[in-house]
Amino acid sequence: MSEIAQALPGPRGTPGPPARASLVRERRGFRVLPGFGLTLGYTLFYVSLIVLLPLSAAFVRSAELGPVRFWQVVSTPRVLAALRLSFGGALLAALVNAVFGFIIAWALTRTRFPGRRIFDAMIDLPFALPTAVAGIALTALYAPNGWIGRLLAPLGIHVAYTPLGVIVAMAFVSLPFVVRTLQPVLGELDQEVERASETLGASRLQTFLWVVLPSVWPTLLTGSALGFSRALGEYGSVIFIAGNIPKVSEIAPLMIMIKLEQYQYSQATSIAVVMLLASFALMFGINALQLWAQDRRRVR
Amino acid sequence: MIGRQQIPEELGRYALLSVALIYLVALVALPLVVVFFEALAQGVIPYVRSLLDPYALAAMRLTLLTAAIVVPLNLIFGVTAAWAIAKFEFRGKNALITLIDVPFAVSPVISGLIYVLMFGAQGWIGPYLIAHGIHIIFAVPGIVLATTFVTFPFVARELIPLMQTQGNDEEETALSLGASGWQTFRLVTLPNIRWGLLYGVLLCNARAMGEFGAVSVVSGHIRGLTNTLPLHVEIQYSDYNYVGAFATASLLAMLALVTLIAKSLLERRQPELRAGAARAP
Repeated sequence: MSEIAQALPGPRGTPGPPARASLVRERRGFRVLPGFGLTLGYTLFYVSLIVLLPLSAAFVRSAELGPVRFWQVVSTPRVLAALRLSFGGALLAALVNAVFGFIIAWALTRTRFPGRRIFDAMIDLPFALPTAVAGIALTALYAPNGWIGRLLAPLGIHVAYTPLGVIVAMAFVSLPFVVRTLQPVLGELDQEVERASETLGASRLQTFLWVVLPSVWPTLLTGSALGFSRALGEYGSVIFIAGNIPKVSEIAPLMIMIKLEQYQYSQATSIAVVMLLASFALMFGINALQLWAQDRRRVR
Repeated sequence: MIGRQQIPEELGRYALLSVALIYLVALVALPLVVVFFEALAQGVIPYVRSLLDPYALAAMRLTLLTAAIVVPLNLIFGVTAAWAIAKFEFRGKNALITLIDVPFAVSPVISGLIYVLMFGAQGWIGPYLIAHGIHIIFAVPGIVLATTFVTFPFVARELIPLMQTQGNDEEETALSLGASGWQTFRLVTLPNIRWGLLYGVLLCNARAMGEFGAVSVVSGHIRGLTNTLPLHVEIQYSDYNYVGAFATASLLAMLALVTLIAKSLLERRQPELRAGAARAP
């Protein structure tokens, strides 16, 4: 603050240089703060250099291939199987997390239990833990001789090196999206309405279905869609537990990697373009969903 | 009557709570525990020895170097973008915000691929650069570029909502009192956004040090030269050197823990930070 005081025009009470004051007043109608051109220019330059230019390289590259070759690449059985596993696995992981993420968000906002703070902080672990670390840790845990895999193997459930392992890893990375999106909304809900519904004779299930769910489901959908989007492109945490058996447990990002290692750049790019288009569609869908969810909350 | 109804209700509550906690433990807590358990499976000496391995040390150096370049770059970008977007009205603003989010929506493998298509031996300007002795792909610059891409929204998207809610009044007052633009930023804006800035830097740094997919595509996995810590984990794991892989992984897990602790301390100081983080991976 002292530097501002030094910059003040003249001693207190005496008017400062008139030029400066009038300059501010003249510009008030337009833009008072400086640096618009500089900051916007730099932002556009940086975004173009780091994002737009390289991304357009991908689209141009796949366009060079032509639609027929593009379709041939994307429709080979191995690539199709990988795309199906990425989309299907991400969808299943999102559905599982919609259920469990809701229960977790509810438990964290509506109940008090010892260690709640620690469990709450734990939700962010999949954000913070590097994906390669998560990948080998999940594999060690769910392998047939691992802590959890050992319990599941006698039941005939094999997680590691199967498509189920892919879904477990995808559920791991997408869980925080569901919980963190839901938490503030569940916290805001007016519990009086729920109590009123119960006083009027509704069962717990009825209250949940007809009172709670209608007001949170746009948010639940947003969170699940964010989780789906993340799981769809996930690479590091999935490839270790997947076992990567062609046509069985290969995911689409791994197919891109394999094509790159074979120097099949155009083929790699074709798969990438399919995934990019899906990601962009999801991004716009999620933006629309968020606006809608906000509007609904404001109306209520 | 009331007593009878309350018992099943309490039971249901505990059942749901148990389901939530079991899911969290099996999916999130145990993976963290198993990292340290496997790293120390053969005792402390093999653990320390694998961390002091020259390749492991080279990987640590490269990871630190990458973060030391990428985080300041994205910090400057984040502040600049937030100033332009939060303080001014202009057409195409929403499109720009969406564009800044793009790296979060794109698969890490694709984030690496696009740089191979630009700078690789078969890429757009790669052949020209390679002819002049400039190697980007399978070299350190490629790792830095790919990491910059995947981490560049963190600071910006933390600051934009924060600066939007704070408005322009304080800055306008400072300016009308005669402060220069730079003084206004440094003495008025910066103190207001410092926690948000730190928060964004924290998340950006964690991702920069831990990025695997994008770096994996551009690195070429040359031991001692282009291996970062996450890549070192993968290499040791595929060599069946599990103690080494989990020892390296334990370093990254500790980084994640420190990040989480610092993050929740910052959230306690400024609760609105949490809302912005909901979307950040």
